[in-house]
Parts: sequence; C-alpha cells; structure tokens
Amino acid sequence: MGSTSSTLLKIPNVEVLMQETGFSPAHIIRLHDRFKALDKEGRGHLCPQDFGAIKELAMNPIGDRIIGAFFSPGKETVDFHTFVKILAHFRPVDKDRPKEPNSPEPINSRSNKLKFAFQLYDQDKDGKISRDELLKVLRSMLGMQVTEEQLESIADRTIQEADLDRDEAISFEEFRKSLEKVNIDHKMSIRFLR
Amino acid sequence: MFFDQQKSVMAFLQHFALLLALIIVFSTSCKAVTLEVGSVEVGYNDSSKSSATEDTSTSINGSTDGHAPSVISTLPIVTWKWHHIETPYLVALWILTCWLCKLVCELNHNVTSVIPESGLLIILGFILGGIIWGADKAQTFKLIPTNFFYYLLPQIILDASYCMPNKLFFSNLGAILIHAIIGTCWNAATVGTALWACYEGGAMGTLNIGPLQFLLFGALISAVDPVAVIAVFEEVHVNEVLYILVFGESLLNDGVTVVLYNVFDAFVSLGGLKINAAEIVKGIVSFFVVAFGGSFLGVVFAILISMLTRVTKNVQVIEAGFIVVLGYLSYLTAEMLSLSAILSITFCGVCCQKYINANMDEKSVTTLRYTLKVMANGSETMIFVFLGVSAIDKNIWVWNTGFILLTIFFVVVFRFIGVFFLNWVLNQSRLIPIDITDQFVMAYGGLRGAVAYGLAALLDEKKIPEKNLMLGTTLIVVYFTVILQGITMKPLVQWLKVKRAAHSDLKLIEKLNNRAFDHILAAVEDICGRIGDNWWTRGWNRFEENYISWLLMKPKARKNRDYLFSIFHKLNLEDAINYVSEGERQGSLAFSRSDEAANVDFKKQFGSEFADVMPNIMVDMSNYELGIEHFSVTSIVKDTIPSVSLDIHGQDRKNAMDDINAHHLLQQHLYRSRKHHRHKYSRSHFSINQNEDEVQEIFQRTMRSRLESFKSTKMGVNPAKKITKHHKKELTHKMPNGHPDGTGHLYGDEVDIAVGSETGAINSTFMRDTYTVGAGIENPVFLPDMDSPTHSPPWLMETEAVAPSQRAQRRLPWTPNRLRRLAPMRISTCSTDSFLMADVSLTLEEHEEHSQTDHVEMRPVFD
Repeated sequence: MGSTSSTLLKIPNVEVLMQETGFSPAHIIRLHDRFKALDKEGRGHLCPQDFGAIKELAMNPIGDRIIGAFFSPGKETVDFHTFVKILAHFRPVDKDRPKEPNSPEPINSRSNKLKFAFQLYDQDKDGKISRDELLKVLRSMLGMQVTEEQLESIADRTIQEADLDRDEAISFEEFRKSLEKVNIDHKMSIRFLR
Repeated sequence: MFFDQQKSVMAFLQHFALLLALIIVFSTSCKAVTLEVGSVEVGYNDSSKSSATEDTSTSINGSTDGHAPSVISTLPIVTWKWHHIETPYLVALWILTCWLCKLVCELNHNVTSVIPESGLLIILGFILGGIIWGADKAQTFKLIPTNFFYYLLPQIILDASYCMPNKLFFSNLGAILIHAIIGTCWNAATVGTALWACYEGGAMGTLNIGPLQFLLFGALISAVDPVAVIAVFEEVHVNEVLYILVFGESLLNDGVTVVLYNVFDAFVSLGGLKINAAEIVKGIVSFFVVAFGGSFLGVVFAILISMLTRVTKNVQVIEAGFIVVLGYLSYLTAEMLSLSAILSITFCGVCCQKYINANMDEKSVTTLRYTLKVMANGSETMIFVFLGVSAIDKNIWVWNTGFILLTIFFVVVFRFIGVFFLNWVLNQSRLIPIDITDQFVMAYGGLRGAVAYGLAALLDEKKIPEKNLMLGTTLIVVYFTVILQGITMKPLVQWLKVKRAAHSDLKLIEKLNNRAFDHILAAVEDICGRIGDNWWTRGWNRFEENYISWLLMKPKARKNRDYLFSIFHKLNLEDAINYVSEGERQGSLAFSRSDEAANVDFKKQFGSEFADVMPNIMVDMSNYELGIEHFSVTSIVKDTIPSVSLDIHGQDRKNAMDDINAHHLLQQHLYRSRKHHRHKYSRSHFSINQNEDEVQEIFQRTMRSRLESFKSTKMGVNPAKKITKHHKKELTHKMPNGHPDGTGHLYGDEVDIAVGSETGAINSTFMRDTYTVGAGIENPVFLPDMDSPTHSPPWLMETEAVAPSQRAQRRLPWTPNRLRRLAPMRISTCSTDSFLMADVSLTLEEHEEHSQTDHVEMRPVFD
C-alpha cells in the first residue's frame, strides 16, 4: 500500500481526477504506468508519434482517428489528465454507485460515449457527419473488399437511415436516435476498466 | 365476423377430430393384424432413413406372412399386401398424424399464447395414446430410444446449431460452457445424492436402488432439453443474451448429460465394489475425452463440409443435401467412436455455418435452411406427441409418491441453486452482469424433455430393476416442466419485467457503428496496453482472415463476404421485393417491367460478383449512354430504340409516326426465339428454357445495332472504344466530389464499377461467364443497356419542371406509405426515374406532395 500511495502522490490533482473519472486508485496507477511507458522521452506528455509507436494501433483501420481524439484541436500534446479522461469514456457504467443529484454527468455516460464515437466521424467538427466524412470511415473500415461505388451506396443508405431533417448529413441528435436500440454501455465499455 | 370465423373453426375442428380418430383407428387396427402374427414392437422412425432392425423385422414378417399363399386356386386380380408395406406405411401415417396434431395446435392462437405448443402436443399425445389403448388394450406405439437418438434428435440439433447466432454464441461461450458443464454435473450429483439420502432416510419405502443408480438417474434427469426450452423461449421473446445463454446451455447440456450418463452407466455395470480411485479418475478422464473429443470431431466435420461446398457449384441441386448428410455422419461417427454425438453435431453446425453460407449459392442456403427447419420441426412435433402417447401405458407406471415428488422438488431446487451460484461467479467478471430476473428465468427455464426420457428408456432393466419407476418419474418431470413451467413462463416473464428482445429492424447504421465500436475498443485496449476481450476477437479475426477463410472459402466468396456489405445487400433485396409487390398491389406494373427496380439490386450483385468480367461491358454501355445524352430528345426516341426492349411505356407517349417507326424497329430488331425443342421440366435446373446461344446472339445483335446507330448519329467520329476512354477519364474526376450536380451524375454510378478497371472490347468469352453465373437473372446482359435510351430520360421528355434536381433524387420513390424503408440509393438515382416513368402523369406538385407525405411517414420509424 505504501508504494500505491506514493505513486498516487506523484500525480498532481489525483483526487480531482479520480472524482471526475470514477477510476479507482489501482486503475489510475496502472494508467499512469502505461502513460509513462508510452512517453518514452519522459516529457510528461504524449504526442501523436508516441501513439503511433503502438504496433497494434497502427494496424487499426481507424487508429489515427482514435489517436486524434486524444488531442483537442490545435494541441499537439496530451497530458496525463486528459489521457485518463479520454479513457474514462470506456469505463463500464456502474449501477451500484449512488447517483448524486447535482453531480455533473459522468464521463462514461451513454451520451458521452456516443459523443466520442461521433467525433471520430466528424473530423471537421461542424457537428455533422457529412457524406464525405462517412465515406472516409467506411473506406478505411471496409478496405479493399468492396468497390468504391458500393461504398458510396452504403454511405448513402446509412445517411438516409439516420437523416431525419433531410440535409444529407447526420447530426449528433440524429446519430443518437438512430442508435437508440444499440446497447452502447455494452458496446463502448472495456471490462478491465471497471 | 369474429363469430363466423369462430364457428367455421369449430366446424373444422370437429371434422378434423373425426379424421384424426379415423386415422388412428385405422392404423391401430392395421397394427392389430400384425400383432396376431408376432408381437413385433414397431416404433416409428423417420421416413427417410428407416431403421435397419425394423427393416429386418418387417422383412421377416413379409416373408412368412405377407406373401399370398403359394397354392392358389384362381388368379387374383388384386391382393391385400399389408405386410409388404407395413412399417413404412405406419411410419408415414404417424408422421402425418403428428403433423396434423401440430396443425390443430396452431389453429387457435388464443390457446397457444397461453399453453405453449409443446405442452399442447403432449396433451394431444395423451389423447392419441388413449385411442390406441382403447383399440389395442396395450401401448403398441412408443418412443424407442434408438429411433429417438438416431433419427429424430440429430436434425433438431443440427438445425439449432446451424441457425445459432454465431457471434452471440461465441462471445458468451464461456458462460454457456460453465453452465453446461459445471451446472449439469452439479445437478446430476446433487439430485442423485439428495434422492439417495432421502431414500436412506426412509422417504420412499423400500426400493431396489443403490447410490450409483441414484446418481445415474440424477444424470439423466438433469438434461435440459433444447427442444422444449427453445419452443417456450421463442414464444416469450426474451432478450438476446438470456436467450443465447439458455439456448446454448440446453444444447450443450444435452451432450454433457449423455456423456455423464454413460460414465455413470459404466460405473453401475462395474458394480459398487470394484470402484476405486483409479476407476473414478478414469471416469473423469473419459468424461472430458468424450465431451471434447466429440466437439473436436464436429469441428473436423465442419471443416470437411466447408471444403466440400467450395467445389459443389456444379451440383447445386443437391448441394444442400451434402450438409445434411455430412452433419448426420458427424453424429454417427462420433457415436461410433463413443464420443459425444450431440456435441459433435452441435459444433459441426455452429462452425460450418459461416463458410457454407458464403460458399453456397443463395438458393442452396435457403433450401438448406428450410430443409433443416422442416426436418427439425417435424421431428420435434413427433417427439412431443410421442412423449404424450408413451404415457398411456400401464407397464411403466410404478407409482412411488415419495420418489416422484422428491425428484420434482430436487430437480427444481438444485437447478435454481446451481444457476444462481454459477451466475454469481460469472457476474464477478462480466461486463454486463446478468440480472437477478434473468437468472430467475434461466433457472426456471430448465425444462426437461425428450432427451431425459430417451435416456431413461435406454436404461437396462437387468442392471436397474426399478427402471420403470425411473421412466415414469422422468415422464412426470417432463410433463411438469414442459406443461406447468411452460405455461407459467410467459406470465412470469411479464410479471418480472424481464428485458424483452428489442424488436428492431435491420439497420445499416447500427451495423456500421458496431463495426466502428469494435475498432474503437480494440484501439483503446491497445492504448491501455492490456489484453482484453477485443484483443482475442481481433486476433481470431485476423487468423481467420489469413488462414481459415483461405482454406474454407471459395475465392469468390472471400471477395465479397464483408459483413456490412452483405447487410446492405440484404436490405436492398428486401426493398426490391417490397417494391415490386407493393407496385403490383397498387395495380401499376410499370416498375416491375421497367428494369431499374430490379437493377438496383442487380447492379449490386454485378459489382461484386462480376466485377472481374463486367467492367468492359459496363464501360461500353454506359459510355454509350453518355454519348447519347448529348443528342436531342427526338434523336433518342427515333433512332435508339434498343433492339431488345419490350418496354412499351417508353413508346406510349409518342405520336403515331413514331409508333409506326417503333413497330418497324421492334420487328426488325426484336429477337425472335428459335423454335427449340425444350423440356418443360429439368431434373437439376430451375431456370430452363434459357439457351446460352440465344443470349449470346441477342447480345451480339444488340451490340452491333447499337454500334451502327451510334455511328450514324455521331457521324462516325470515333470508334466506340476511344470514346469509352474519353468518358472514363471524364468520369473519374467527376465522381469523387460525389455531389448530385445535374444529369451527369446520374450515369456516373453505372460507370463507377468500371472505373479503375481495364476497358476493352466486348469479348464473347465474357458473355459465357456472365451467363453461367447469372443464370438466375433474366438475361443479365440486358439490364444495364435497357435503362436509359429506352425510356428516353424523363427529364428530357417531360417539362423542365421534372428535372432530376436534388429534391427529385432524394425524395422517396412514389410508393405507398407502408413502404417506409424504401429509399433511393445513390446507385438508384436512376430508379427514381423509373418512378417518374411509372407515374409520369403526376405533376410536379403531386411529386412534392408525395415526397412530403413520405417524409412525414418516415418520422415515426426513426423517432
């Protein structure tokens, strides 16, 4: 336990972080270790290259989008706080924890999870998934298996399904509605972050 | 209205009952004849594979008795040959009777919504059994274990495993296995020992049962029956996780039970004295070897089947049969090697489904699906009916109140304890814990069924003197669970507010996002640097992609097997079907004739299946169309009526001159089919009366005439090929921006397949290819070239108002409100045109109105 608290002490504002993310000290320490491992040069922050060094991630078809999600616009680095906060999206929803009435919405709420997914599509941050944006994602995910034309028709159909206001783009509200039946808590949670 | 219906149903029921009674009386009286000759126990079996033992018994009968007396005084005109056909006749008659029973059960949905079908069938079985008893004074028909295990069970298991939702199954495999293996062992052990303890305590009077026999009984009674469970759970529509847990558990549990039963049976044969530690260890080892060996054998057979379907495309008619036969063989082989047959066929079905679905033709897949369903449902019905019939037999009823009541009590109680405990353990590590209500339903859903009965009937009376007591008790447990628990299941699920299955339509966006979520989770796991669930999934997927699909899938199937795309394909197919049927109901057959409706889907297939051969032709044709586009409307109408168009709508609006012109052209160009001698029936093909040469000839003629008309209109500026290339270039930079900007785009999609592949001259070898592959499609060659010149584009013919503006493209086709999902796709931008064609009389205002109403109609779906 001694080492635990000493590691925790090294992290600034750890209390706030734990409260915001809901992570246990053990998780924070684990993530901190990982953070340090990724931060090879010990600068205390990560840059896109550090993520790129993860071999498996490079093979992920939408890996760079996910890396991009760690960096707020205009920023080239991510510090430990942001790193943990982003990962907190994937913490499973805990039902047992009593909900304080006026506490802010937890990071791992359904709509926050969805927002995370949404911004992976919405690269130009205009609040809408346009056809082109969708096509790009589709192209990287489906890869070589279908022709460009098929991709386009899939993209069109997808937009049609979600598009309620007929503007040929999917807004977040439409995105949320179209995925109403999907168990997001299940699909966007990682077991070991519980 | 309702009353009338009721009355007619009642009348029908009366007739039906009469008929049924007649059949039974007839069959029993026939049977009575046999009984006089020699008491042969005729069970029943599946008509397709009649049991060897019974065959011999009939043949013996036949030889001794069936023949006409050797000395005859006069030549008989007809003779009564009952004994020749007795067994198959009875089998067929029983199948018919059982299926009619199912029909009776399904007549009134008010009844089936209260009592599950399986329960009703058992009750009908009681009635049938009563009739037989009345006629014969003995139970001459009953479920014989051999028949049950070899002819009735395999197809049920094969069907269940083949239709198993694969992903769900494997993602919950851990929980399913724990429940199936540990849960079953727990049930067997506890029920057995508890009964034995009660017996020792004197609760059952004097019985000749030792502790080992009790354990054996515990093993057989712990078989949760997939048939009964699925029958009930399907009607209840519980959520998918609960469903797969119960379904998977009951399926695997059967296999485990049989293994356990065999182990204990061996112990019983061995006798209590010889059992020492070594034997027990052997028993445990045998348990695992049998269970996992069977599963492994199933996987081997799955690989065999998958590899076989790679090469069966020339014998498409019997393609589906291979799966059934090989599946059955996997069952028998496992049985032969004394491995677990049920587990073998289960894993065979689960593992091969993905590959055979990809390898086989879509029609064969449908055939297989339906064949399995017919067989499984048929034998399931028979099993339940016979479970009822078997009850009416005074030989098996040895009543022992203590034993029976205690068995029911322990079966239920230990099931609950086992399920709750195992779920508690599992919930420690589950991402989404299993609810307490779900657990309750899971425990309550432990219905016992035919497997338990079959195993009980298999007991050897020499080794287990109280066999009949066990058999009777098993039957009572089966009735108790299937009928009582079955009836109460639905109210219970409602009362407990168990999460039901969300009744949702297939949605592309959901599937797309599911895919994205998988990738996201995998990436986040990588970033966290820990191995989680997704790591395994991904590793497996990669392995499968690299090695397994290479081994088990046809190259062609590999190419377009992407899941998202197949969903898209399925949606399109659905739409196309709705499209046509809806149109026919509306009385407008226009779009079933105008080819775009079919084209939407056709092109999809096109793109994927014929991508390698098709581009040439696609480019040629579409460019040809593009070329035409620049001409005046009249020139299109007059000159480019394609040689093989039957589309009269295109010609409707022309003046008389044009009409005559068209007639002339049609006569000149229409292919008049040669008179061939053709059969109306083919043994192995559905699409007969299609001649390869004919298709080629039509094609060549079309191309020739097109080329001519093309040259004449363009004054022979360029040979077709060069234009092709020119347009192709034009298109490539037109396409990517992807905005529907005017007419050019309308055709862009058609060429898109072609873009990026080699252009070339039309070669006739390609023709043959397409023809053979696309045999199902009527003259596939013509779909693309019939589109546009035929129905001289509406926006050109009509007033300018109907120009294919963005609105026109985006608006839903003119369809009735019911057809909500139907929406134009990018590829089908031309299909909107077809609609314009179909109801060309509509003015623009009407269009707008429609698009608005459609729009309004759409909302509820998405809201």
